[in-house]
Amino acid sequence: MKLHKLTPVAAAIAAALSIGAAQAQVSDNVIKIGVLSDMSSLYTDLAGAGSVIAARMAVDDSGIEKRGYKVEVVSADHQNKPDVGSAIARQWYDQDKVDVIVDVPNSGVALAVNQITKEKGKVFLANGPASSDLTGKACSPNTVHWTYDTWMLANGTGSAIVKSGGDSWFFLTSDYAFGHALERDTEAVVLKNGGKVLGKVRHPLNNQDFSSFLLQAQQSKAKIVGLANAGGDTTNSIKQAAEFGIVKGGQNLAGLLVFITDVHALGLQTAQGLILTNTFYWDQNEASRAFSKRFAALDKGIHPSMVHAGVYASTLHYLKAIEALKSDDGTKVVAKMKETPTDDPLFGKGTIRVDGRKIHPAYLVEVKKPSESKGPWDYYKVRATIPADQAFRPLKDGECPLVK
Amino acid sequence: MELFGIPTAALFGQLLIGLINGAFYAMLSLGLAVIFGLLNIINFTHGAQYMMGAFCAYLMLEHWGVGYWLSLLIAPIAVGATGVIIERTMLSRLYKLDHLYGLLLTFGLALIIQGLFTNYYGSSGQPYRLPQEFVGTFNLGFMFLPKYRAWVIVASLVVCFTTWFVIERTKLGSYLRAATENPALVQAFGINVPRMITLTYGFGVGLAALAGVMAAPIYQVSPQMGANLIIVVFAVVVIGGMGSIMGAILTGFGLGVIEGLTKVFYPEASNTVIFVIMVIVLLVKPAGLFGKER
Repeated sequence: MKLHKLTPVAAAIAAALSIGAAQAQVSDNVIKIGVLSDMSSLYTDLAGAGSVIAARMAVDDSGIEKRGYKVEVVSADHQNKPDVGSAIARQWYDQDKVDVIVDVPNSGVALAVNQITKEKGKVFLANGPASSDLTGKACSPNTVHWTYDTWMLANGTGSAIVKSGGDSWFFLTSDYAFGHALERDTEAVVLKNGGKVLGKVRHPLNNQDFSSFLLQAQQSKAKIVGLANAGGDTTNSIKQAAEFGIVKGGQNLAGLLVFITDVHALGLQTAQGLILTNTFYWDQNEASRAFSKRFAALDKGIHPSMVHAGVYASTLHYLKAIEALKSDDGTKVVAKMKETPTDDPLFGKGTIRVDGRKIHPAYLVEVKKPSESKGPWDYYKVRATIPADQAFRPLKDGECPLVK
Repeated sequence: MELFGIPTAALFGQLLIGLINGAFYAMLSLGLAVIFGLLNIINFTHGAQYMMGAFCAYLMLEHWGVGYWLSLLIAPIAVGATGVIIERTMLSRLYKLDHLYGLLLTFGLALIIQGLFTNYYGSSGQPYRLPQEFVGTFNLGFMFLPKYRAWVIVASLVVCFTTWFVIERTKLGSYLRAATENPALVQAFGINVPRMITLTYGFGVGLAALAGVMAAPIYQVSPQMGANLIIVVFAVVVIGGMGSIMGAILTGFGLGVIEGLTKVFYPEASNTVIFVIMVIVLLVKPAGLFGKER
């Protein structure tokens, strides 16, 4: 058996796939938007191709091309690997003249892209990643963290659950930057509200079987099993928790980061009653419904997640700043974005703080029972709105060096 | 009572769960072992075929209301039939070449199949409802065992040992084994060797699809489900010894248990422990635990 031959072959194929996605060089008078996302693995549905569609829609709706600007949208797959993501980001900035990278689900990759963007003086519109470190100790004058973050999730879902009696927790945590940040921020909220943490277990990213971990959660006798994971990992945890009778045994699940695409994948039968926090729901108002209808028509019927909405809104605001400045100099554009109040059809009026944090309200929602839902994608009822000034971490607590 | 700082009750639970995961490893590595043993092809499409089995069950339920039990029969046959087509049109041209060509072809096919499914169905996966008979759990005292998981262990043991018996202990099996040693001679005895090989590949693929149907109610039916598993399963086959049927079965269950225990003692290493074992085994016994030097 010549198994040792296998590794270089597989590596060569992987390398070819990752490089193939980046596009050829273009002249300098073009605004080039690079959507760096998970195009093939567990975060594809909540970001992925939908993010490319959302960016394209933002370009069209901005009308910037009618005013003489040339805009190009390119995309690539970071495969959830920080090294692959970094290589693409460098190539995009150095050779392909990409001006801005958007999306980047996966905090590990996003923290790497954040650093590279700062070095190169370009722009990073972070919509996919969750880690609150992006506007904390890793904050950058070139990054805007738009959609959501781990502090907001912890503060929304975590405190709502502790206040309704769920005061002992066991964490099931995805073992990388995002899971660690989400666990840390949620633990702080639990402790602050008088709850306690009985245990935690870290599972590898993109895990299939959660039964061992769920069994440990069961034996901890914690009232709440907090899922500090995302995408396919969350859906598999919830599905298998139902199988092992976690909820029937008196424990409750807290999905700390659940996207609408996850709820769709689980089906209401399994997902009903879950409480979660998000910043965008397609059925919020006339404007969000109109956007979602157009989006779904382009993305195989998938309704936009908050990440897709964030990609759209942040790209729109970015293009506005470029037009106002008549320059695509990254650092200046981000400064302009922070200076200009935001106003878009999906998140309404808002601001961007000096640490790069975009400020808007968050919504605590509950997943409907099958009997309450009028059909596919009618999934949430809003339990509470967390006002914009309370939804995100106070500026002074983030340890961001840009805050003086 | 405690063992190594873990309550024994918890330890029993983890051992049992390890066995259940081992059941999937065993069923998948069994198919790989059969295909490698008899065709000398390293079937990298195996994970994709496992996924196709799960999707076949899902689609039949969704569109025609075909339930779990019937899927258990139809999906392996349907997916096995696609395997037969692949073998006839593509693989059969590669037998005379180095292993690497078969590996590359099947790896490419796996990427194409997974890509197509991801394109149509996205990555979050589709829900497959637990069959009504299996809703609920057994209370074993030390843990709640979902009824369905109990069924998975039993069914997988039956499938594995039946396959082993057919290949190692029956006349049909002896033809198969003889055909791999010396196809020309077996052909001379009037046995249609190419057809037998085609059917063997179809059978191996069918086993993967069967495992896929059994996995559908536990995991999300998603295009990635096979890709996540296949690398581990390959390690299982390598540790057990390429081509050794009993080796694949025993190693599958054994490694499931070891992986389960790792999830208790040091969860961060749970997805690498199998490869650590693989390295050690290859250093000590390059042909694998149950393999013969060729």
